[in-house]
Amino acid sequence: MFPLLTVNKLSMDFGGIRAIDKFNMRINAGEIVALIGPNGAGKTTFFNCLTGIYQPTDGELLWTLPNRSSRTLNGLKPHRITEQGLARTFQNIRLFRSMTVLENVMIGRHCRTATTILGAVLRPPSVTREEKETIEISFALLERVGLADVAHERADNLPYGAQRRLEIARALATEPLLLLLDEPAAGMNPQEGQELEALIRSINNDQIAVLLIEHDMQLVMRLADHIFVLEYGRLIAEGAPEKIRNDPAVIRAYLGEEGIHHA
Amino acid sequence: MITRHDLRHAGLTGLWFMFLTFPLVVIKINPIEHTVHWRWSNMVWIGVVSFLASLTIRLVQGRRRTGENEKQQSLLQTSVRQFDLLRRPAFFRAALITSSVLLISFPLFFSSYQVNILTTALMYVVLGLGLNIVVGMAGLLDLGYVAFYAVGAYTYALLHLHFNLGFWMVLPIGGLLGALFGLLLGFPVLRLRGDYLAIVTLAFGQIVRLILENWSEFSKGPSGIANIARPGLFGLTLSPEATITYLYYLMIGLVGLTVFVVNRLQNSRIGRAWQALREDEIACQAMGIDKTKIKLSAFALGATWAGMAGVFFAAKTTFVNPASFTFIESAIILCIVVLGGMGSIAGVMVGALILILLPEYLRAVADYRMLAFGAILVVMMIVRPQGLIAPKRRTYTLPSTHNPVNSSDVPASDR
Amino acid sequence: MEYFIELLFSGLTRGSIYALIALGYTMVYGIIGLINFAHGEMYMIGAFTGLIVAEILLIYQFPLPAVFVLTALAAVIWSSAYGFTVERIAYRPLRKAPRLAPLISAIGMSIFLQNYVQLVQTADFLPFPSLIPEFAFLEPYAGIIGSTDAAILVVSLIAMLLLSVMVKWTRIGKAMRATAQDQKMALLVGVNVDRIISFTFILGSGLAAIGGVLIASHVGQINVFIGFIAGIKAFTAAVLGGIGSIPGAVLGSYVLGLTESLTTGYVSSDYEDVFAFALLVLILIFRPSGLLGKASVDKV
Repeated sequence: MFPLLTVNKLSMDFGGIRAIDKFNMRINAGEIVALIGPNGAGKTTFFNCLTGIYQPTDGELLWTLPNRSSRTLNGLKPHRITEQGLARTFQNIRLFRSMTVLENVMIGRHCRTATTILGAVLRPPSVTREEKETIEISFALLERVGLADVAHERADNLPYGAQRRLEIARALATEPLLLLLDEPAAGMNPQEGQELEALIRSINNDQIAVLLIEHDMQLVMRLADHIFVLEYGRLIAEGAPEKIRNDPAVIRAYLGEEGIHHA
Repeated sequence: MITRHDLRHAGLTGLWFMFLTFPLVVIKINPIEHTVHWRWSNMVWIGVVSFLASLTIRLVQGRRRTGENEKQQSLLQTSVRQFDLLRRPAFFRAALITSSVLLISFPLFFSSYQVNILTTALMYVVLGLGLNIVVGMAGLLDLGYVAFYAVGAYTYALLHLHFNLGFWMVLPIGGLLGALFGLLLGFPVLRLRGDYLAIVTLAFGQIVRLILENWSEFSKGPSGIANIARPGLFGLTLSPEATITYLYYLMIGLVGLTVFVVNRLQNSRIGRAWQALREDEIACQAMGIDKTKIKLSAFALGATWAGMAGVFFAAKTTFVNPASFTFIESAIILCIVVLGGMGSIAGVMVGALILILLPEYLRAVADYRMLAFGAILVVMMIVRPQGLIAPKRRTYTLPSTHNPVNSSDVPASDR
Repeated sequence: MEYFIELLFSGLTRGSIYALIALGYTMVYGIIGLINFAHGEMYMIGAFTGLIVAEILLIYQFPLPAVFVLTALAAVIWSSAYGFTVERIAYRPLRKAPRLAPLISAIGMSIFLQNYVQLVQTADFLPFPSLIPEFAFLEPYAGIIGSTDAAILVVSLIAMLLLSVMVKWTRIGKAMRATAQDQKMALLVGVNVDRIISFTFILGSGLAAIGGVLIASHVGQINVFIGFIAGIKAFTAAVLGGIGSIPGAVLGSYVLGLTESLTTGYVSSDYEDVFAFALLVLILIFRPSGLLGKASVDKV
């Protein structure tokens, strides 16, 4: 186990409003980590800082590769961050709506393939091979998330739960070391939720670390190795699920007076 | 059924349009002799036409809403399905071969006048396909596309004038300069999106034209450059008719090249990235696509075709001046792409042929050409925003786990 | 110095005209987020309607002030009617369409209207009578500011003032601002959004028509193409100030008017339009949301 991602005193301001305040976090390689907190606590903002969509006001994002070389993610463009091995899904699903399910996943292969404009036109054997590989990998990923039989549907024709799974497949196509999931279970029925849980576990078995934003507390408690709790942009608690379950600050701030078991 | 309500509505619409168009359509003044000419008959026409149009639209809409006439509905469905025939690979291949044969044998059966017109239409096919990369695939609304066309035309005109360079020499230079100007436009507008991008590209197109018009030392101003050489054929001197035929076949070659390249690009890693950019800029970046690179490549590649078409235009007409490169020209090319179907190669070809050939052959229509262009843009957006031939999503064969199918065996069906 | 002041006034005059058109762009953009590309044509139609009405009235020898008022009134009425109709036909069915669709529809409308007027009237330049009398009290300053310039400044200032009062304090003005901020919420609290949008088009077209009559009377001739270039410039002004913002449009218009007037006065008149477009490109590159506009943050 080594720290894959180290977040040091990360802060993010919008105008005069501090959305995230000196947030610290560490994610080890291969771990499942959850980030929880009430709505508006700054969880998605944190994802956006992490993936380069926002530039954090202050603080450092340190990325360590399996060969133990470290580099900062600060100031990197979003596509560079994806190249480093961070991939994400979006809370309000952002698929390439009018493209097919398969094509959505194939786009995820973009940063792991190399065909140039000239190559695309001339199609030498190397390009044909790469294209074939792209299709194979994408199909395999679709099979994994159970969408292979709708591979040629338009993405926006899929039901909601399937769209969320497609987003995961698309993110996996970029070969991440850390997968960021923004409320993957939102809007899913219990059956779909269970399938999702199995999917996340199987992803994790491939040594891919997962950082999860989720409101379904039971899912979080079952899946996460470590939980971070955010409130008004501040870290109010962190630790193993049992510890968070009984943490009075969390219960008061996040779950109200009723307690975790009723959540 | 026509109800009284429908009639009332149509009647009111007719009256409204009679009122609306009254001063402009009925009155014509002569401001020099200070006389007034009243054209009351026009008012009657407007009234009748808008009454009938309104009634028709209401009936069609009403029928669609209630679905009372299911026969009609299914009839519509079949006609749509027949339309889909166009997209079957077998049918498509047959159509491709037939039209190729027709195009190639065209000069054998028709006069040079006809051949000349078709050459022009084919030039617009190239322009449309080029703009289709930018607008249709990458979703970047470029309203200044004609600037690159001008760059190509003036490249040939000036290089011929000053250095006596020939067509074949300049054709690639024109393409390259087009691409360079594409980048020149692309860099500053990288951060702009949607509407803002559209307006800046429009401004860019205007700037290029205004410079050509005013910088006389460079471009000879509004009077333009004449006596540009036609393309050579191994030093042979061709008769005027033979030149026209020769130009026609050159154009066929350029169209073929464009279709080949654009089709391959579309079905590639690059083409998919353009489409991802069009669909969702943020998700596109999150998938590891360099937004800057992919945007610039779309602008540059789109502009390349305009540059080459420009060189060809200068060689065909042997004369260029800034008046050929107004905003209207950009609008016509955009209209071709929109009418045909954004993102669809076959659609763009159909669009170009319809929009360029129809006014040529229907002289009566010619006066109303631009009026019709405007109306087509509006009506298409409302009725069939995907264009005549909607882009087809490409399908790939499922590779079996042991023996995956080679994707290049899949016919690269047109989208 | 006198030359500078002359340029200053001519810049302000231009700016006022741009402002009258730019307000229509900015109001429509503020409410439905559409660049109403056909807006320049409302200005052109205003000028043409004005010309027709003015000629008829002059033939029947109406007094000049009456001609001016009636001409402006007719121009406003018919331009507004066109603005209203265009919105109903070309934009309303596309409310929920992808973003580029209404813009393309607007471009189509612009081309259509230009050619429509060309077909039913003429493509040639037409002389436009001078509708504004020479004011005696401006005689000593004739070298600096003409009567028409003065009239343009005054009329457009009054129009802008009335507009601000209306948007700020009247019921419909408040409804407009509510719709601009959040269409769904406005609908929920009982604002008739369709009516507000129609009203915005009517108002914008009316203002543009005033601009059309004023400038036509100033320049002395019109043709069907004046709408396109004036429309683009006014749009530039609106973007310059931050599109969607009413004070921004006015500020942007005066900045553009003065820039044009000073550069043509001191540098070269050949490149007048090039300066305007270059200014637009530069502003958008360095301040994509304009001088007074708010930067929009993408919700991810």
